[in-house]
Amino acid sequence: MPELTAGQSINKALSLILEKNQTAFLAGEDIGIYGGAFGVTEGLLEEFGSERIKDTPISEDVIAGLAVGASMTGSRPIVEMQFSDFIVNAMDPIVNQAAKLHFMYGGAVNVPIVVRAASGAGTGAAAQHSQSLESWFCHVPGLKVVTPSNAQNAYDLLLSSYVDTNPVIFMEHKLIYKVKENVTLNPIPKDSSYLGKASIAQEGTDLTVVSYSNMVNVVKEAVSMDELQNYSIEIVDLQTVSPIDFETIKNSLIKTKKLLVCQEAPSNSSVGTTVVSKVVESDLFNVLEIAPKLVSGLHSPMPSAKHLESTVIPQKEDILNAIQDML
Amino acid sequence: MTLTLDKQLELHRMMMLIRLFEEALEEMFSRGLLHGTMHLSIGQEASAAGACLALDKEDLITSTHRGHGHCLGKGADPFKMFAELLGREDGYCRGRGGSMHIADLSNGNLGANGIVAGSLTISVGAALSFQMQKKDNIVLCFFGDGAVNEGSFHEALNLASLWDLPVLFLCENNQYGMSMASDKAVAGESIASRGNSYGIESIQIDGNDVEAVFESVTSFKNEILTTNRPKFIEAVTYRYRGHSKSDRNLYRTSDEIEYWKEEKDPIKRYIGKLIESGVTEAKLKEIDEGVKELIRNSVKKALDSPMSPVTNLEEDSYA
Repeated sequence: MPELTAGQSINKALSLILEKNQTAFLAGEDIGIYGGAFGVTEGLLEEFGSERIKDTPISEDVIAGLAVGASMTGSRPIVEMQFSDFIVNAMDPIVNQAAKLHFMYGGAVNVPIVVRAASGAGTGAAAQHSQSLESWFCHVPGLKVVTPSNAQNAYDLLLSSYVDTNPVIFMEHKLIYKVKENVTLNPIPKDSSYLGKASIAQEGTDLTVVSYSNMVNVVKEAVSMDELQNYSIEIVDLQTVSPIDFETIKNSLIKTKKLLVCQEAPSNSSVGTTVVSKVVESDLFNVLEIAPKLVSGLHSPMPSAKHLESTVIPQKEDILNAIQDML
Repeated sequence: MTLTLDKQLELHRMMMLIRLFEEALEEMFSRGLLHGTMHLSIGQEASAAGACLALDKEDLITSTHRGHGHCLGKGADPFKMFAELLGREDGYCRGRGGSMHIADLSNGNLGANGIVAGSLTISVGAALSFQMQKKDNIVLCFFGDGAVNEGSFHEALNLASLWDLPVLFLCENNQYGMSMASDKAVAGESIASRGNSYGIESIQIDGNDVEAVFESVTSFKNEILTTNRPKFIEAVTYRYRGHSKSDRNLYRTSDEIEYWKEEKDPIKRYIGKLIESGVTEAKLKEIDEGVKELIRNSVKKALDSPMSPVTNLEEDSYA
């Protein structure tokens, strides 16, 4: 079982996909000789050649658009947007084309593409290279949105995203590129049923924290702080934020009766607000002992300076405070 | 290039089919049978007919919001198109697409697109598939003059040229992007010159001359397959109707519209040419009657077909 960062485990998944599927190819900015801005595609050019590892000009619109056209004609593209902030330049092919063609053409076509992008803050990359834009895509029917939190689920979720017959937005938080863990290199699954399933990152009975992406790791740190050693906290890692696995959330809340949601993104129209609203408009409202709480990033662009950046992103102390308020 | 009489009559028939199809739609619209708007290509039939009939079934097209002609040209069944506009289950998209989003993959039509320039990058991806699959086919990408000022137009041309992709870009310059005259919207020498600036051989042709369109597409297709280089055609044409059904034509004169109808109409001009070359009026009448009957029967069959049932539309959003 190799010890890998999420960047390295994604590299292994890409390599496996390319090895097993001749119709699969990668396209994106600096994914070839540079090895990807975060090193995720390192070595793949040597292994698979420039016909399948396609370095593109800085042209996000056509990168996403070519994926749509290629996927409709028998190819299986996995494209990279480098920083997820650049995906804004590719909104038409993703939102108006990829997401809609299957429906709009009455089911006559599928658009099985994976759009990978590096998301999130914490690296001092400032306002245009640090956003968590996953909620934008959750709002669009036809897209699936996947947000791994560690090297293992990044590996497994990428394989499932590839197998899925729908367009998948795959948001890789930059901080998970830095953390190593032992990764089981599973084979490519037969179906994509792993998408849309949350995982229980830690079992508990006193309170449920729902989170996703790197914030799961921050929640884990908070929960392991001394102040909480006498409590039993359950952590639900959504893994996929569209569709959201409400079944797992429900089962957890029936047990704990308290809901805290933590995310790095600002709260307006976000994954977190969706989780809270779905819970309170359901029968679970009667199960909850206290009002649910949402800890989110500030409604502010990401500042560059470290102390300002950490003011915008929820820190483990913010999560600790929220949990203590609720217990 | 000398066309056979059969090919010439086929070109005429296709232009008639496109015109009568859209005139039937107009009539249905005025009777309140159609929900939503539509974008008619009446006056532009030569570019759709000439281009599509120069392709093989395995060649692909991408189309635009003004795409009925492209769809028919590529071999679509008018009944299934009428059914689509009427929201019937037999429609190409089972009533989910309507006028602006008909796709007919069985005939190589990757679909009409409601986003101006939306299909350019898609055509590049489809051409990449052909290249990777080593197929001897091309993708013909239709778009209008309005599309050439979108960023994706430039990204698509640049990449198609860099990667030697088998795409034929065909700009139907009908001279207006909705109300914006293309001479007020397009900087530089011409639309065709923009292709040249990406190293793509580009020509401007009379888009209302159906044989000129057919011949240009035929020879460019052959060149694409032998040289592996994309090509670009600007076909100058004109639409008689407004942009959509809400258009009051405030941005152009009725004299201008009349001029194009009287002097430049692609069907009228081609009939003149065919008669001059010895085709009898009786022969043309026979073809026209055949088209009229096809349209009548298709409309009737579409009106008789069942409405698209209300299924779980949220589930239908995903494959």
